[in-house]
Amino acid sequence: MQRLGAVPGAGILLVLMFVLFTLANPRFLSQTNLVNVGLQTSLLLMIALPMTLIILTEGLDLSAGALLGLSGVIVAEALLAGWGITAACALALAVSIAFGALNGVMIAYLALPAFVVTLGTMGLMQGIALVITNGDPVGGFTPTIETFYRSQLGVVPTPIAIAVILYAALWLLLYRTRLGNYVIAIGGNKDALRLAGISANLVHLGVYMLGSAIIGLSAVLLIGRTNSAHPTVGIGMEFEAIAAVVLGGTSFEKGQGWLFGAVLGALAITVLRNGLNILSIDSSLQVVCIGILLILALLIDQARKQWLRQPT
Amino acid sequence: MTISATPHVRPARLSPDAAALLGRVFLIVLIAGALSAVDPGFASVSNLLNLLRQASLLFLVASGLTLVIIGGGLDLSVGANLTLSACLAAAAIKSTGNPWYGVIVAISTGTLIGFANGLMINRLRLPPFLATFGMLWVAQGMAYWFMAGQTIYGMPMSFRYFGTGFLLGVPLPMWITLVICVACSVLLRRTTFGREAYFMGANQTAAFLSGVPVERRRLLLYVLSGLTAGVAALVYLARLNAAEPGIGEPLLLPAIAAVLVGGTSLFGGSGNIVGTVLGAILLTIIVNGLNLLNVAATWHPLVNGAVVLIAILADLAISRRRSGGT
Repeated sequence: MQRLGAVPGAGILLVLMFVLFTLANPRFLSQTNLVNVGLQTSLLLMIALPMTLIILTEGLDLSAGALLGLSGVIVAEALLAGWGITAACALALAVSIAFGALNGVMIAYLALPAFVVTLGTMGLMQGIALVITNGDPVGGFTPTIETFYRSQLGVVPTPIAIAVILYAALWLLLYRTRLGNYVIAIGGNKDALRLAGISANLVHLGVYMLGSAIIGLSAVLLIGRTNSAHPTVGIGMEFEAIAAVVLGGTSFEKGQGWLFGAVLGALAITVLRNGLNILSIDSSLQVVCIGILLILALLIDQARKQWLRQPT
Repeated sequence: MTISATPHVRPARLSPDAAALLGRVFLIVLIAGALSAVDPGFASVSNLLNLLRQASLLFLVASGLTLVIIGGGLDLSVGANLTLSACLAAAAIKSTGNPWYGVIVAISTGTLIGFANGLMINRLRLPPFLATFGMLWVAQGMAYWFMAGQTIYGMPMSFRYFGTGFLLGVPLPMWITLVICVACSVLLRRTTFGREAYFMGANQTAAFLSGVPVERRRLLLYVLSGLTAGVAALVYLARLNAAEPGIGEPLLLPAIAAVLVGGTSLFGGSGNIVGTVLGAILLTIIVNGLNLLNVAATWHPLVNGAVVLIAILADLAISRRRSGGT
């Protein structure tokens, strides 16, 4: 009973959707389609996984999508200016870590609300990306990045492999290191951490910097998809990532949750999108469905909590 | 700063709220002065009226949001609510030719969405951020679905009066802003409901234990937020003369920014509606100034982001000084 109760709403919905979509159209379970779902999920996970860490510390990063756009633009412009791919990525990484530090310092050390701080830096990042590119997409660089995106690691497409490696790395960090313990503890009880002599501020700062670094590198995958960088490509992706994290059962207010929830949530969103596409449902109705899915998953989680509380 | 052995309260010359408001007014005057020195066109009556009209649009979206935030909640669905209300109202006006049907449709759609938000938060105990976040997707998607890629344009002149008309030489949106601002101020400052809203925002449990009917109050706050989003939808529709599902999306973050730049705390329990008016004017004046100085539109998000950050840092500085310079 207890074990069954621990499955989050997104997991239950995911199974339901798989059955439903397969019955509706067998093409859903075809290999090409499943790979497609995997590719879409891996891009979403690039933001959703670091976002999970941030939400676990009772934080929030609304600037993640804007940073994705900015990093992509920086890599593209550096490549156009004749930089090597490593140097271009290093530059984008440096910029994203700097912005992560800016977010972290204001949220941790100045104790400003994360929502407002990242709302402000979101404008800054989006603005810089727009100013650099004059609002136009940047393309025309060598297709190395696209080749990288389309390549395979063994039988697995590279983006999916990277998402799996990222998940494994973050899992080790969160559940097998002391820093991970602090991240989990910080959401539950910040004061206890402070009394134990650990700088909660430093942990906060570290989480924001790490999150931004991951997002900065993910931009390379995103520009590889179309072999061009759009300054506004990431706008809205932060909301989708937050939806994925929440769908996966990570609580926004108590800093409780688990990393795998983000995977379930991201899968639920992409499977829903993909399935509705296969059923040729209007793309606008898909947006309604994501909203309903979100509310439904939250309701299942609420019901589950009440069910667990009953003495059986 | 000396440390006294007994805690004492410094006699307040100016309440913190009033000081923050004065700071905003000072900032607005400063920017306006600088802009009119650079470009005489800024201080022209037509430009100032245009500026205030735009600020009223932003304020209308942000007004209900301010109430909700003061009460300790959040409404992320205001932009999507505006979109859906405007689209449905436009369709109603087009098909009947009678603007009043549009008014009824927009206001009832807005109110209904606010009511649904309140119910979700009260009955299903969903956190406000998530409930209204889900509603954002639902309302936005319904607008896209309803419009099916079309734009409804060409409203009758009698309706466009809401957005473009003048009354006693002042644009009508400014009158609507004035009415809503006064109504909200009276509600917040002069009624039990208002005091209870601040109380709820500051400490929900204490408010509940003190006998405040928290759920009913909260429901009303969200209904008011939906209602003002519906009113804003009408003014937007009348001003733009067209409805399409993209109109509300770029409004949400500036609306939240206007509330916060106006000095209302995102944690609830403090703030005021006049601050939101000033916040809306401040954000609009900056965009207007950038346009006058021929700064490309690509710079606008950058400047807006900087303004939000500067505003919260300034508030931080003010509150630190007041709490004894720690």
